[in-house]
Amino acid sequence: MTAPDAAVHVRNVSHQFGEEGEVHHVRALADTSLDIARGELLCLIGPSGCGKSTLLNVMGGLLLPTAGTVHVGDVPVRGPLPREIAFVFQENALFPWSTVMENVVLGMVFQGVPRTEREARARRSLEAVGLADFTGHYPGQLSGGMRQRAALARALSLQTGILLMDEPFGALDEQTRMILGEDLSVLLARTEKTIVFVTHSLGEAVFLADRVAVFSARPGTIKEIIAVDEPHPRRPEFVTSAKFHALRNRLYTLLHDEIRKAVSQSASGGGAPDQRP
Amino acid sequence: MTPRSGRRSQRLSRAVQLAFLIAVLALWYLATARWGVSHLLLPNPTSVLAELEDVLASGEFMGDLRVTLTELAAAFAIAALGGVSLGYVVSRSPYSVRVIEPLLAGMYSIPIILFLPLYVLFFGLGPASKIALGATIGFFPVALNTIAGFGYVDRIYVVAARSMGASGFQLFRWVLLPAALPVILTGLRMGFIVALLSILGSETIASLAGLGHRIVHLAEAMETARMFAYIAFVVAIAAALNFLVTVLEARGRR
Repeated sequence: MTAPDAAVHVRNVSHQFGEEGEVHHVRALADTSLDIARGELLCLIGPSGCGKSTLLNVMGGLLLPTAGTVHVGDVPVRGPLPREIAFVFQENALFPWSTVMENVVLGMVFQGVPRTEREARARRSLEAVGLADFTGHYPGQLSGGMRQRAALARALSLQTGILLMDEPFGALDEQTRMILGEDLSVLLARTEKTIVFVTHSLGEAVFLADRVAVFSARPGTIKEIIAVDEPHPRRPEFVTSAKFHALRNRLYTLLHDEIRKAVSQSASGGGAPDQRP
Repeated sequence: MTPRSGRRSQRLSRAVQLAFLIAVLALWYLATARWGVSHLLLPNPTSVLAELEDVLASGEFMGDLRVTLTELAAAFAIAALGGVSLGYVVSRSPYSVRVIEPLLAGMYSIPIILFLPLYVLFFGLGPASKIALGATIGFFPVALNTIAGFGYVDRIYVVAARSMGASGFQLFRWVLLPAALPVILTGLRMGFIVALLSILGSETIASLAGLGHRIVHLAEAMETARMFAYIAFVVAIAAALNFLVTVLEARGRR
């Protein structure tokens, strides 16, 4: 099943937190393999604690898996690859002591972008997410939605081929989430980026993804992959179409049993591990 | 609360505070002028004011002020440098935080001023013993806050910086330091204040010069009015220094 032109190859990746027999021992991810095609948007969806964030962190080199390998192109991932991969985290990953502009510029400082290019690139990506007028604001002065736009701008300015997004809209209310999803679809249709997007929301997955990978309960692995055959950018009308609902219902059916399983797991003591790397 | 009623209640509390101060002064005056309290124990406020004017006009305070401020500057420099460096080193490993932080917190709760005789034995009656004591006492809040500041930086900032390729130095300069700075600044302010208090205190107990020394000297000479004038002077200096470091702390936080 190796796709030669895939951007990311995940091969038999397993991960456990802690050692066997320890109280904190959790098998988060079991023997997962996946190819992500260049330029596609893949959503990972599954019950809480199923290992989808773990997989994302493994792909990005923030977490070394207990077993298995990840390749980006031909390069094995053994640590962060700032030139190839950018992250958008769930929330509060902007530095609160720096302005929006400084946050975006700082990402490029870390990545090693020449000084002369930074400011112009930061401005362009902030314009793209609609924050051109908020460059001097501090994250604390912005709404949750605007903070996530800024985090997206920081990731875009790094001009990586791959974007890994870990529930970027998870902490936002439904309406803000909807608008951000629409804007993201428009924005990303223009780029050639390969994107992996972790979400809890069935609607968000169907609306954004080219393919949706559904995870089983812990230890998580991919249960099924569903293709969403719909061109980008997605229009708001797509949400009310019969196709959208059929796909969403399909996801619901696939997920329902797994969520039940996950809930009974956490009820019996083993809560979801802290999946931050 | 509306801004208007907020302002009114603030004005009211200012008025109450002012009334309290006036009442204390009035009681003080009545006690000396009407109720026959000995001037040796409690001098008349007007004579204290006259002494204060004389102290300020003559510039007599300069020598003692210089001694105390020099001691303070030296003690604080040592406390700040030692506290920040040790705090940073300790904060680098969860193990050393677990071992050393409770140790420092425990030592900080000891009244270190009790060791003053030992400091005098080691460093003599001069400024050196005051500097050493002030540095010791000021060191603890600085070190403890530095450990807290660096030790509890939200992991997501570190992870985000690493994902963007930050080097070890960049991580320190752009993430750890700004994240820890507000807590460290609070520690520096606290260290400064306790160093000042312990230096003034130790000057009153065993010393050759300094504002604390001057106050005790005047008390022993029964020049109570002048002693009160010096106390008022030291209170004003301490308040000014406190204000200064609070402003500096607030500016550093931004």
